[in-house]
Amino acid sequence: MKRFALAAVLLATAAPLAAETHRVEPGEGAQARLLEALILAAPGDVIELGEGRFTLTDGLSLDVDGVTLRGAGMDKSILDFTGQQGAGEGLLVTSDNVTLQGFAVENPKGDGIKSKGADNIIYDSLRVEWTGGPKSTNGAYGIYPVESKGVLVQRSKVVGASDAGIYVGQSRDITVRGNLVEYNVAGIEIENSRNALVENNIATHNTGGLLVFDLPGLPVMGGGNVILRKNVVFDNDTPNFAPPGNIVASVRRGTGVLVMANDGVLIEDNAFEGNATAHVMVIAYTQPFTDTRYNPHARNVIVGKNAFGRGGDDPQLDGKEMLLAAFGGALPPVLWDGLAETPDNALKVVAGVTGWSLNLSKVGQSLSEAQPGPLTLAPTELYMFPAVGAPAELEARLK
Amino acid sequence: MKRGAALLALSLLALGGAMAARATAPEVLRVNDAAVAGEGMPRTLSEYGFFADGARQVPADGVTPYALNTPLWSDGAEKLRFIYLPQGTQLTADGEGLLQFPVGAAIIKTFAFGEGADRRLIETRVLLHRADGWMALPYRWNAEQTEATLAVAGGRIDLVTPVGEAISYAIPNKNQCKTCHSKDGAVIPIGPKARNLSVRWMADMLDRGALDRLPPGGATMPVWAGYTGESPAEPFARAYLDVNCAHCHQPGGGASNSGLDLRWEQDDPHAIGIMKRPVAAGRGAGGHDFSVLPGEPDKSILLYRMDSAEGGIAMPELGKASVDKDGVAVVRRWIAEMK
Repeated sequence: MKRFALAAVLLATAAPLAAETHRVEPGEGAQARLLEALILAAPGDVIELGEGRFTLTDGLSLDVDGVTLRGAGMDKSILDFTGQQGAGEGLLVTSDNVTLQGFAVENPKGDGIKSKGADNIIYDSLRVEWTGGPKSTNGAYGIYPVESKGVLVQRSKVVGASDAGIYVGQSRDITVRGNLVEYNVAGIEIENSRNALVENNIATHNTGGLLVFDLPGLPVMGGGNVILRKNVVFDNDTPNFAPPGNIVASVRRGTGVLVMANDGVLIEDNAFEGNATAHVMVIAYTQPFTDTRYNPHARNVIVGKNAFGRGGDDPQLDGKEMLLAAFGGALPPVLWDGLAETPDNALKVVAGVTGWSLNLSKVGQSLSEAQPGPLTLAPTELYMFPAVGAPAELEARLK
Repeated sequence: MKRGAALLALSLLALGGAMAARATAPEVLRVNDAAVAGEGMPRTLSEYGFFADGARQVPADGVTPYALNTPLWSDGAEKLRFIYLPQGTQLTADGEGLLQFPVGAAIIKTFAFGEGADRRLIETRVLLHRADGWMALPYRWNAEQTEATLAVAGGRIDLVTPVGEAISYAIPNKNQCKTCHSKDGAVIPIGPKARNLSVRWMADMLDRGALDRLPPGGATMPVWAGYTGESPAEPFARAYLDVNCAHCHQPGGGASNSGLDLRWEQDDPHAIGIMKRPVAAGRGAGGHDFSVLPGEPDKSILLYRMDSAEGGIAMPELGKASVDKDGVAVVRRWIAEMK
């Protein structure tokens, strides 16, 4: 008896042996079996989720480096948190080099999948969904990597987040590619992060499609070097359902791309259609702040060639009727607040991009003092932008 | 499979070692140093030998009870805290902060509900200081109260709190232990900081050679049980927030990305939440704009979340299924009196 016990309990610390695959099926005791597999995994192990619905009452967590958690597909292996009683998220990852692949997280009480301080993480072919549709009682973030270096989020789907579907915060070297985000307040949000590539995503029926924010007062500051490329951003028409008090609660329905503060954002080769407030909005941070590390201006933002379809035709802005009349029934695609820190790092657009400016003169100025007029920037012919994105080794790991 | 065979071999070695140790002093109740400092995860609490009588929580030789001035609140559980120091070792004071423990030491905390003969031990959590760092493990007591068994995956138990609320009490899983006991990715103790221990206890430890000195800044946190409406609210509120929240809400802690730093020593008003906007609070913000709005406890996110037991809103996220009315009252007074 005693010998058996000792053998069993030594399992967890016997790391240097060959990686193993542990399979966990749904059904009786699934939560305890899955938790034990996650906790007792050795570095490099694979945990396979069987097909079906795992009914969970508590959050899951993974704190072992190099583990792969893999399901049979985003509609086949479902972690169902509808009856969740505790913890702040469905799944929390705190270790490096983790791969999450092919499963769904449904109806978590807080966030969906959070990874914190988890470098070189892959989120692949996942689904996070609040199945009751957009509601302020839904959790805040669907896919939520934070304070990490090396993040790849791809081929995943997030529905119903009351803040951002995919939120990457306080991180660097990021690729968010080929995802579908719908019926969230914000589809994808890159916040206080550097070197992010957001491409080939579809953002639709959110309040706002793609957000790039830099906020004061956070441990990691200085967001920038973000590329938004080849995304399809259309019909972001869901009324804002974020709980008040959160920064995204101020996002206007019908926003395609919103850049707030940041140093270096390139928006090119995207397709926009049916975003009733603005396809692209570039503004400074508007709230008072005391953080001396913070620069509230949107600097070095470039709007390159994009396909701009119908939009700006029902702007959720004060003076809407007057604005529509002045611009002939629809506002042009790019909305700028007119706030340049310096002439050199002010908004740049390529030839053919039209827009309008609030012509504000200082950060934090009331919108009632805006003097709207057409954008009168001289078009930029050439622009340079650094290569950004997740380290190549992350994509190599999936091959 | 290969791993299993190797483990069996290892376990036989470990078993041999343990038996040899027992053979030298069979009659004295001694803590099993091999279980504390070794590599495995003992399956039962009794294997450590921390208690001469587990059910009555009578400690073994070398195991010393202690108390905190301001304790962490866990649904009103009674907590029985102990420190184990291997023979010939001592604690080292490090200013007002965490006492430094030698390798081989352990911290033991038992959670119980009910009074007198009705008292039921629910779980015992151990922190083991091993050569490669601290390890945290939860043990769940059986219904007979004769043994507690390793609960790597945690568990839930329905019980009634001292104020009469029926709750589903959560025993944390091994990873959740680390969620709170973590700084910069490593497991650390939280409770035994010199500032939150009594002078009397530290003096006693000093006398016995179990502590190297009385540190300056020790015993400076208020004794929570001594709070009355006449007490100044601020030190009690700040002590409460430090003990109940700051293990996550500090740089390097589990909630560092929030930017909220509730440590006792933090004196930047913005860092402790005053006029600080939420970052990732979601519906936890409750429609409020600031963590702490001076003079307005009912518009302060921090109090809103303390005063909730609902998943996704409630803080702390772990170790709480009901609201600490006393804690809420003190923090409420602190915010209300704030200019």
